[in-house]
Amino acid sequence: MLLLSGNEAIARGAWEGDVRAAFGYPGTPSTEILENLVKYTDPRVYCEWSPNEKVALEAAAGACLEGVRTLVTMKCVGLNVAADPLMTLAYIGVEGGMVIVVADDPGMHSSQTEQDTRQYARLAHVPLLEPSDSQEAKDFVQYGLELSERFRLPVILKSTTRLSHSRSKVEEGAHVASSFPKEFVRDPSRHCPLPLWGRPMRQKLQEKLQILSSVSTASPVNRMEMGDPDLGILCSGVCYQYVKEVFPEASVLKLGFPYPFPDDLIRSFAGKVKRLLVVEEQEDFLEEHVKSLGISCVGRPLVPPVGELSTEALRRVREQLDGTPAEIPQPRHPLEQLPARPPVFCAGCPHRGLFYALTKFDVLVTGDIGCYSLAVFPPLSRTDVILCMGGGISMAHGLEKAGEPRKVVGVVGDSTFFHSGITGLLDMVYNKGNSLVVVVDNRTTAMTGHQDHPGTGRTLMGEETREASIAEFGKACGVRRIRVVNPYHIQETVKVLREELEAPEPSLVISQAPCPLRSRKPLAPPFSVDSRKCKRCQSCLKLGCPALEKSGEAIRINPLLCLGCASCQEVCAFGAIVPGEPKNGEAPQ
Amino acid sequence: MSEQTISVLMCGVGGQGILLASEITARAALLSGYDVKTNEVHGMAQRGGSVVACIRFGGKVYSPVIEPGGADALLGLEPVEAIRCHHYLKPTGVAAVSTQRILPVTVSSGNATYPEPEPILQELFPHLSYLDALGIAQGLGNPRTANLVLLGALAGMGGHISRKTWEAAIRQCVPEKHLEVNQAAFRKGMAACSRT
Repeated sequence: MLLLSGNEAIARGAWEGDVRAAFGYPGTPSTEILENLVKYTDPRVYCEWSPNEKVALEAAAGACLEGVRTLVTMKCVGLNVAADPLMTLAYIGVEGGMVIVVADDPGMHSSQTEQDTRQYARLAHVPLLEPSDSQEAKDFVQYGLELSERFRLPVILKSTTRLSHSRSKVEEGAHVASSFPKEFVRDPSRHCPLPLWGRPMRQKLQEKLQILSSVSTASPVNRMEMGDPDLGILCSGVCYQYVKEVFPEASVLKLGFPYPFPDDLIRSFAGKVKRLLVVEEQEDFLEEHVKSLGISCVGRPLVPPVGELSTEALRRVREQLDGTPAEIPQPRHPLEQLPARPPVFCAGCPHRGLFYALTKFDVLVTGDIGCYSLAVFPPLSRTDVILCMGGGISMAHGLEKAGEPRKVVGVVGDSTFFHSGITGLLDMVYNKGNSLVVVVDNRTTAMTGHQDHPGTGRTLMGEETREASIAEFGKACGVRRIRVVNPYHIQETVKVLREELEAPEPSLVISQAPCPLRSRKPLAPPFSVDSRKCKRCQSCLKLGCPALEKSGEAIRINPLLCLGCASCQEVCAFGAIVPGEPKNGEAPQ
Repeated sequence: MSEQTISVLMCGVGGQGILLASEITARAALLSGYDVKTNEVHGMAQRGGSVVACIRFGGKVYSPVIEPGGADALLGLEPVEAIRCHHYLKPTGVAAVSTQRILPVTVSSGNATYPEPEPILQELFPHLSYLDALGIAQGLGNPRTANLVLLGALAGMGGHISRKTWEAAIRQCVPEKHLEVNQAAFRKGMAACSRT
């Protein structure tokens, strides 16, 4: 018996189910799936970090045509990027089984949207599976691979933050080899969706959906748990766990395979209970369909449409339904009086110097998705807008073309640049834009836990590879002004930014220093404040470094946190920040 | 052995070793024959933000998440974070809280004040062990083992898992080269807080 997170269980299910090729792009809460799958041996699974989710899904589509089973992983917003190949793949179909794991983030713990992947399954006309614990996460991957091969359709397995990052017991199984023939079968009428062949493909897809509705009705992963017939609850995913806790006596229809909708099963369940409640997170996907079948049910707005569900949310639902008091204890100490603890740039983070340098200019900053999104917070407050992966560059161009009087600076990370920043840069140069693009290149995909990317020179399988160069990409896009700065050298960074902001053409600044969290080594021994020289001007606090602490009027450096990056020494006008142990005046800790 | 679900909430600041403490507790519950579920928050919250982990074990566990008023025990690696989560603990619940303050950037930059935590903790937690876990860990030569000191303290206050099982769980979760110091830290914490 193993204790696995949902993500570890998905990896286990892929390995046991004979997935031979897996592709993905890191994104919380999906990242650990491929990080775990790559550890399996005998057989070893080919795993890669693709530059983005679209490429991952396309590569997987190629691999499955060779007859091998494939896995694709991404977070919810990644499917927006991969939506194009998904739509067409449903038409041409797969050969070897394909499971696409998409991890949603209700409650937006670490995502910019709360979008519901179930809607994509319906949009693309592909089957959807929704596990509710780690055992099901493992089993459903294997089930999904079989379903995928049987119907020649990619299958979406929807996870959520609470499934991916919860651990529960898993009964492990052995690896079982797939018997699917491993060769590419040349058949353009099945693989090329030109209108001539595409129209019959569309027709075929519709027929598959019809059959799949009866398959989901009979599926072992959709089950009725009959209890008190007064109340029947329709639910899926991790919400099932909350339902079992808050409504232990109710009858439950748990849908592990909710789409194509198991209409007959839903009708049969509704017929057995007096009142039907639909408990689902995010969109009213099930409720809308139940109502379309002419079955009356309770759902929105009693079940909140926004945010994450929880047992306490369901206790409030229950209170409304049958008067059972929710009895949720309120804080006895006013929490708003406690100091907030927002996430911040870590001590020693190289992004800090770049954004501090940007505070010296009256510019607009269009940011992007990554650790550097944290630059929006005080004291740096140096990002004005964030849209999506790669959007930092393209939005800068649009603002400039719309006549923004200030210079616009687009900031993206290194992994984000390779993901979808290059086309934005190409647009800016091609269409004669005049903005400044800064790539904050910390040599890793830091926010998701330090994954490699095309610029790091290493693959997910741990092999050395060629490093893609951001500067060379810039050159190829037609950028003539390309500068590389070390963001720990703040004064030099300010100087370079000034020169490039004054340039009458687009320029690319690469702010380059590796994330010290990845190497887990300090850059130098901790610095300290020489209290004889410190004028209490607090300039250093504008860096927002967690190692700099204000106690009374004095400033001290916490030696447990300081990584010796010397950024504070760079901004101190009085030479009061020095390497090594504290000088006279500051009591050692 | 308890059929009822026991819930342990752990809170602190990203980087303090909550994930290891949570993993050891889950492992110990599994070795004791319980059904177990855990939940942790990853990603954005780890960059110096507040971090919470839930561990639930018993005869049959459904939700992996603990609701307000649902925790039997609270492990607070940072005093203000323990206060922030106080309403998750049952009135009868036990709390082991470290005295180690980590100033949020809102405080270190002078925009908020850090309260004197001890009187608040004493008032909120009737069964409190407030100990210098960092000091004990530093005494053992490794400040990073403060999490194990505190876990030992919590283990000493609760009675659902035997000492032998805790030690087996630590052996399974901690790499060989750090095992001895982590075991020592756990024992020190347990000795500081045993109910016996």
